Amino acid sequence: MPSLGADMEAGTVLEWRVRSGDEVRRGDIMAVVDTEKSEIEVESFSDGVVKDIVVQPGNKVAVGTVLATLSESNGRPAAEPTIPAAAVTPPGDVPASAAAPGPQIDGVPSASPVVRHLAAERGLDLTKIHGTGNRGTITRSDIEHVAPTPPVKQPRLARRRVSPLARRLAAAAGVDLDTITGTGLHGAVRGDDVRRAQADADRARLPAAKHAPPTTAQAITTNPIPVADHRDSMRRAIARLMTKANAQIPHYYLTTTFDMTAAIDWLHRQNEALPVSGRLIPAVLLLRATALAAQDIDGINGEWRDEHFQRASSVNLGVVTSVRGGGLMVPIIPNAETLALPELMAKLRGAVERVRFGRLLASELAGATITVTNLGEHGVESVYGVVFPPQVALVGFGAVVERPWAVDGLLGVRPVVTATLAADHRASDGAVGARFLARIGRLMQKPGEL
Amino acid sequence: MTEEEARAVIEEEIRHIVPDADFAEMTDDAELREELELDSLDFLVLIERLCRRAHCRIDENDYPALRSMGGGIRLLVSRTSPDTATQP
Repeated sequence: MPSLGADMEAGTVLEWRVRSGDEVRRGDIMAVVDTEKSEIEVESFSDGVVKDIVVQPGNKVAVGTVLATLSESNGRPAAEPTIPAAAVTPPGDVPASAAAPGPQIDGVPSASPVVRHLAAERGLDLTKIHGTGNRGTITRSDIEHVAPTPPVKQPRLARRRVSPLARRLAAAAGVDLDTITGTGLHGAVRGDDVRRAQADADRARLPAAKHAPPTTAQAITTNPIPVADHRDSMRRAIARLMTKANAQIPHYYLTTTFDMTAAIDWLHRQNEALPVSGRLIPAVLLLRATALAAQDIDGINGEWRDEHFQRASSVNLGVVTSVRGGGLMVPIIPNAETLALPELMAKLRGAVERVRFGRLLASELAGATITVTNLGEHGVESVYGVVFPPQVALVGFGAVVERPWAVDGLLGVRPVVTATLAADHRASDGAVGARFLARIGRLMQKPGEL
Repeated sequence: MTEEEARAVIEEEIRHIVPDADFAEMTDDAELREELELDSLDFLVLIERLCRRAHCRIDENDYPALRSMGGGIRLLVSRTSPDTATQP
């Protein structure tokens, strides 16, 4: 059970996407795990062959528990990193040659189980697809290339679009979401749908109660896979982590306001030339500047562990994302300092979309080295955040607002933004934090170089 | 595109982003982003969807018009009218 965020202690296996004997590649989705905050897709951390599924669906286990074991597939021992070394199947359990990936002699190209499944779903013959992956392996994008995702497709049970309100109502009433017809777009279940289903069930129950067994009611209230309402548990998870943060971390706060004219003008010119799908938003420039400054200035990017600050070698940027209906998730953008603006924009869009409409990937939740909150989106001018332990810094950006601003001795009206740093005084001093914030402000004055 | 069509298109596209959006109690001059808690990413996605649906280009200069439902309807109606349609 991987740690999916600093606040996670345990998780429940909801579903396995692989079976014993399946060959998996690094990045393939292996299981779906439920945490206090959300359902998460857990990827394989390496290539290998699934040996044993140890934890069956429905079981809740602590972080660090072995969920499944992998054995080697290509001569190298494979292991799930969160599994203690002792739990890893020793090499040689499965003959390496039998499971070796790569193009096979009978002409069937190699593809991961997930990709094979995808191909089968879309009625494709793998032998007729040109694989662009490693050694001709057919990848998910090869499939997408040949047969793009069908536009309207009955979403799979757990992937159905369900509004947060509907989820809450259904959980409160014990209504099985699968029995409800969604009237939203693409069958999305809305709050009203749940209310209607509940009313129907109530009506059905009343007259039936006298002369018939309550089969209708039963059908609706019996819920084989309970849909978890994450609202309460998410609140508790946030409460626990924030209490710990304020109890353990001696915070200091710094704030600075800088001119956004150059950034906004530059963005505007860029966006004019771009199709909407390629447009950037100011937040992406701020994220990029934060990642660069965090990489440069020692004491900000990393973790406080064992009475030491451990500087991280890359910037894994946590982005606080609000969840409709309440609560928040913090997906991370790994190696953010290496991403150019369009890539950063794409990663941000993907992560936010998965927070709100789908499931995050396990790799998107663990290992943030610094966190950014952009509460300005909700109209406030500044935010004094709480550092997420074991990280040592949280950067807050307020709204871009027009303010009177002195430039070269003259007063003008300029778009400005207020950036705030909440930092762990054990790891850095105010002077370091000040340099960090000032660096962000300076970088934002030359957006073309970001 | 008529006003009714424009309204239907905007409401439908917003529901892709906010499935629970309740337009019954929203006036045409209400601040869309505030009422529906749309952040700048949501807003960009909405613009993208509207462009695709209405086959017109919406530039950043047009964003202020989309602050309210009424403004959005006027924008779509004018962009899709044969006399004033801009190049997609």
